[in-house]
Amino acid sequence: MSAVTTNSTSHALDYRAGVARRLAILLSLTGLLVLSVAVDVSLGPARYPLGDVFRTIFAPGAAELQMRVVIWDIRMPMALLAVTVGASLSLAGAQMQTILANPLASPFTLGLSAAASFGAAMAMVLGVALFPAAVELMVPLNAFAMAMAASLLIFGLSTLRGVTVETIVLLGIALVFTFNAALALMQYFASEQALAAVVFWTMGSLTKATWGKVAVTAAILLVCTPLFARRAWALTAIRLGETRAAAMGVPVRRLRLEALLLVSLLAAVPVAFVGTIGFIGIVGPHVARLLLGEDQRFFLPGAMLSGAVILSATSVLSKAILPGAVLPIGIITALVGVPFFAALILTKGRKSW
Amino acid sequence: MVSLALEGVEARYGRKQILTDASTPEIEGGMLTALVGANAAGKSTLFRRIAGQLRGAGRVRLSGAEAGDLRYMPQDTAMSAALTVYESIILALKQGTGGWRLSPRELAAVDAVLHRFGIDHLAQRQLPELSGGQRQSVSIAQTLVTRPKLVLMDEPTSALDLYRQYEVLEALRRYAEETGAVVILALHDLNQVMRACTTTLALAEGRILATGPTLEVLTPALIRRLYGIDSRVERCSRGCPMMIVDGPAPHPPGQQVGT
Ligand SMILES: Nc1ncnc2c1ncn2[C@@H]1O[C@H](COP(=O)(O)OP(=O)(O)OP(=O)(O)O)[C@@H](O)[C@H]1O
Ligand SMILES: [Mg+2]
Repeated sequence: MSAVTTNSTSHALDYRAGVARRLAILLSLTGLLVLSVAVDVSLGPARYPLGDVFRTIFAPGAAELQMRVVIWDIRMPMALLAVTVGASLSLAGAQMQTILANPLASPFTLGLSAAASFGAAMAMVLGVALFPAAVELMVPLNAFAMAMAASLLIFGLSTLRGVTVETIVLLGIALVFTFNAALALMQYFASEQALAAVVFWTMGSLTKATWGKVAVTAAILLVCTPLFARRAWALTAIRLGETRAAAMGVPVRRLRLEALLLVSLLAAVPVAFVGTIGFIGIVGPHVARLLLGEDQRFFLPGAMLSGAVILSATSVLSKAILPGAVLPIGIITALVGVPFFAALILTKGRKSW
Repeated sequence: MVSLALEGVEARYGRKQILTDASTPEIEGGMLTALVGANAAGKSTLFRRIAGQLRGAGRVRLSGAEAGDLRYMPQDTAMSAALTVYESIILALKQGTGGWRLSPRELAAVDAVLHRFGIDHLAQRQLPELSGGQRQSVSIAQTLVTRPKLVLMDEPTSALDLYRQYEVLEALRRYAEETGAVVILALHDLNQVMRACTTTLALAEGRILATGPTLEVLTPALIRRLYGIDSRVERCSRGCPMMIVDGPAPHPPGQQVGT
């Protein structure tokens, strides 16, 4: 009997140790994120020492005017938009992968990015504003409208009876091709100036960041995160498979629809603001899964943090590679991220996917 | 004490009617009940219908427990996720609750169910690394960790070795005895049924053909009708009833196995 008792407590201890380990990982990711944001803010045409950056952030009154303007009005919005966009896209990808049981699901692979690019191109090439009331915002609004339309199409399809997750993924891929073809057609007929604008937009860029965009993306994260958090156990259970989740009492269909709706919002807005940053929605969740496992209590914050860290670090790289120039961030994520990601999954891949 | 009764239960997939009129007298808790029938007779379908995953006419009457006390273990035990066995059982325990923290009592419940089914040693293993039989044992533990009062298990021993079959059936029998729960097991091995289950339900032609004490239900005539097999019941050297299969019945019944 005593052997049994020792044995039992040791499992509970192992479990507690596992929780502590994962909390430590989340904490380190947070530290990494703060550091990355600080470096991101310090870099630019003029480089500031990190100490000055922190002083300007925490005591703006004491800083000299020029530095205050550069840091607060230009660099902080960019650095923070990298954080909110990275977190949103990664969370969206994470939950798409969860509910669709597909490791390749992401806002990019399901056609949301392609739809947004098409919407943006409509504004830049044809001058068509889907919301004529706000012409000065027509590029992001068009992009948002098309991304939302694409995800609502996917959502609508998945409410139909007998539609499986495979069907949804296939439809998403069909959307990618459709919108890419439509975009190519538009580019073919575009003026040289419009063409350049479209190409630049689709490369993805944080340079048009404003505090308003930061606030909107942060607000959406603040709304969606608790809604996912409340469903953490059910979302984890769904990863065991549909039948098993249903046997545990999870309302699988309803959960899937709710999550798809949240994910649509979560992905459409950032994509509309920053263009195509395809990679984060796949890599962020996979990094989190490798570090933390699939328990959503850790995976959910982990996916957000890793997405934020990756995009923030990419933003740093996009400024550091060519001093004086800011390379489009969408390009850097793919160029630097892919080899890193391949190395990660090949060396530490678990057999879950 | 918990009990369950079916009154004219129907179930269908689209237009295909599987159960036409499944009725049983009161099934008492505190012991194991077997559900037997040929492949495709509708055993899994009946479980899904009772668990509320399928709708249809008829009534599932439950007394001494609420619908929330029901746990259903599906026939398919496939599970792949980057979770340990221990975490997967926590998951089953915390389902439907909002809290993220686990109390010492909840952790003790997880430990207890691991111990009850002899899978202590698997606690820290990753789910995708389990063997088929190990996965089935874990699946049983997930089903019972909440101590449900109504348990439906679809072929819980199909992947277990001979020793584990008896060990698990014995653990299930003790569970039913301790908690007074209604525990229904869909089983194909009639020797397991005769050894472990007090009551048996025989399912064929969309309804329950017979209900009652196992040996009274599993007569050679009924076994021939269910499976088209000639058999007789004898006793093992320790007095347990067991079925000897003589071979396929000379005139196969109208129902075809496997349709
Ligand atoms: N999801 C489904 N859609 C349509 N028909 C189904 C579905 N599931 C089962 N059926 C059909 O219902 C009938 C009963 O199947 P069920 O799985 O209940 O049988 P079973 O008694 O559990 O068989 P087994 O012993 O092989 O597990 C079969 O004819 C099967 O083809
Ligand atoms: Mg079955």
